[in-house]
Amino acid sequence: MTTTTADTHAVDHEHDDHGPTKGIRRWLFSTNHKDIGTMYLIFSLLMFFVGGAMAMVIRSELAVPGLQFVHPEFFNSMTTMHALIMVFGAVMPAFVGLANWMIPLMIGAPDMALPRMNNWSFWILPVAFGILLSTLLMPGGAPASGWTMYPPLVLQTGDAFPFLIFSVHLMGISSIMGAINVIVTIINMRAPDMTLLKMPMFVWTWLITAYLLIAVMPVLAGAVTMLLTDQFFGTSFFLAAGGGDPVMFQHIFWFFGHPEVYIMILPAFGVVSEIIPTFSRKKLFGHDSMVYAASCIAFLSFIVWAHHMFTVGMPLTGQLFFMFATMLIAVPTGVKIFNWVATMWRGAMTFETPMLFSLAFVFLFTIGGFSGLMLAIQPADVQYHDTYFVVAHFHYVLVPGSIFAIMAGAYYWLPKWTGHMYNEKLGKLHFWLSTIFVNVTFFPQHFLGLAGMPRRIPDYSVQFADFNLISSIGAFGFGLSQLVFVLVILTAWKGAKATDRVWEGSHGLEWTVPSPAPWHTFTTPPKNRIADEAFE
Amino acid sequence: MIRKSFWSLLGLVFASTASAEWALNMPKGVTDLSVETYDLHMMVFWWCVAIGVVVFGVMIISLFRHRKSQGAEPATFSHSTTAEVIWTAIPVVILLIMAVPAAETMIKLEDSRDPDISVVVTAYQWKWHYKYQDEGIEFYSSLARPSVDARRKQSGVDVMGVENYLLDVDRPLVVPQGAKVRLLLTSNDVIHSWWVPELAIKKDAIPGIVNETWFKANDVGTYRGQCTELCGKDHGYMPIVVEVVEPEAYQAWVDTRKDSDPQLASAQ
Repeated sequence: MTTTTADTHAVDHEHDDHGPTKGIRRWLFSTNHKDIGTMYLIFSLLMFFVGGAMAMVIRSELAVPGLQFVHPEFFNSMTTMHALIMVFGAVMPAFVGLANWMIPLMIGAPDMALPRMNNWSFWILPVAFGILLSTLLMPGGAPASGWTMYPPLVLQTGDAFPFLIFSVHLMGISSIMGAINVIVTIINMRAPDMTLLKMPMFVWTWLITAYLLIAVMPVLAGAVTMLLTDQFFGTSFFLAAGGGDPVMFQHIFWFFGHPEVYIMILPAFGVVSEIIPTFSRKKLFGHDSMVYAASCIAFLSFIVWAHHMFTVGMPLTGQLFFMFATMLIAVPTGVKIFNWVATMWRGAMTFETPMLFSLAFVFLFTIGGFSGLMLAIQPADVQYHDTYFVVAHFHYVLVPGSIFAIMAGAYYWLPKWTGHMYNEKLGKLHFWLSTIFVNVTFFPQHFLGLAGMPRRIPDYSVQFADFNLISSIGAFGFGLSQLVFVLVILTAWKGAKATDRVWEGSHGLEWTVPSPAPWHTFTTPPKNRIADEAFE
Repeated sequence: MIRKSFWSLLGLVFASTASAEWALNMPKGVTDLSVETYDLHMMVFWWCVAIGVVVFGVMIISLFRHRKSQGAEPATFSHSTTAEVIWTAIPVVILLIMAVPAAETMIKLEDSRDPDISVVVTAYQWKWHYKYQDEGIEFYSSLARPSVDARRKQSGVDVMGVENYLLDVDRPLVVPQGAKVRLLLTSNDVIHSWWVPELAIKKDAIPGIVNETWFKANDVGTYRGQCTELCGKDHGYMPIVVEVVEPEAYQAWVDTRKDSDPQLASAQ
């Protein structure tokens, strides 16, 4: 992706001008935030297709009633692996990739604060997913207990069990190191006159995300470690027969799991908050209240976890608390959506691919937010829980939510990375196909859930046949549309030379460096004048 | 000729959509609380529609009017405390309007005191076991034979022709109409979850824990549901069927069950 970044741009290169090492060593031993960012992004795209292929297996089996292609055990492995790979392998690394590339450029830093750790946190990931994918070949099959790994079911996993735990540990270590790096970079390496409240929204949301990661990834590590000792070392944390409590795992898991949801959406908010002002040619409306709203969401994410557990039999008062706290999240989330709309209002909009993906994000994420509000209502949640209504809800916030924001960010910054404009026609094609098919895939799943179809089943009663077929057609359409994105990447160097600013309405320090961004940028902090201009 | 075939084709399309069940919404159900739950669901849904109309409406107007190709000049405002206070306060009020009835229904749902009948439900991989506490009747309830035969991969059976495919059991749970039935749920192995949409209850069956829930069905009928917590390979194959019958019919059923069970018969 960055073969052309080796060009010797004179800027910031008065002394000590060395290009990257040649060959594989450049990537294996890289401490350069741009190279590592590129590796993160390529890795996440690869995982997006691996996880997507598993989704295709799921939707093939579910296209018509009756069992046609796979056995139920393998079907369960597919839902489990699809989720683990998409969450930890596609969405999270993609945001870390964007953070690596863009945070130093946006705050005027020469690199990430801890470049060697940066290398390590990336290279752990291929190992972790190598281990996880290898479980597909093990006796007893890949993990099939759902990505939530609830005991006692998860303890019935075959030889794959310790490998599952170990790979989750590795993913956690990688995330924690990435998060430490982001925090240290943002706190210590901003341009001299960039106060915290002058930081771009993408930097802000990532700062908050990084704190969430540090807070909850160790909790997940603790939970899976207890699973490991229950299985192999005779403990009974979650085993009723030994005096343990299976529900405690769910509390611990969701104490990680709910902030995890925001870990996957806050950086998306940041990306969209960069793009909408650019293409509206207007400043972001209510920058500070956006910061407060994101912080509020992050705080609330710690006190709502048990809304994933409204059917486990909690005390009434507990359920009331978790219902009210969950409903409250709608307030700061609403503020964000209203602010984006207010940013567009009386702007001068144009609709390049990044803007299109961002607009679809606002529309479709809001729909996911609506179903989220419905799910917060405990008596109704009793009906929705573990049905396709929930599947529709979280895919709306994750696919046209997180993934569309990642796509928007990729299109937005691609010219800065490659130095060339991508093919706008292909980009728009990718956008329209994705947007149509994502709705064809996931909207009917609301109806399936309400009509009574549980999630995670390989076969279903014939009354659910029609909407499942529509959903499967949509899924294949969506999967194939993503090949257009690959085409866009492969042809990204063919377009016209990009200017430094790339977009007419762009603002911020990342647009003051040449396109493509040279291998080293901001070796001296940007001068106040430049920075001030960029903040306006 | 062409016209005729067009109309017959159209007729076919309509016939097929009419016969297929395009269920779009949650069933209203047959208990007072299932109706309350449905009403809550619809209330929140209509609020979402209303909010959506306003937010998407403003956005769509903006998308058409404030575009550069229409010669729009960007405004310079980037802040308005008044606007922000308004769009923080209004959602809070709307949430309060939703929260009160939701809490009321929740409190009723959790009140399983003074039941007429108590049934202990024990979940197994992959079937249910019911035990009527007072009557001493107990039995397993598992996937009905026609579905078992049809469900195998490449079974050669057209599942479209199987009645209540995957939603039928060999022995249903039988309860009287209008009686408050308390379920005491637990599990013998992994976590399962007992759900019948028309009764609007879903409760996890967890090993080592006894969970309580209840329903009072107003209408006679057969209501079908499924296990809703992933419980292993046959998670999709452990349906639930509840038959709500008139009280006299229930008593007759209890008597025949007791007669057919020598242990229970001798105890009488």
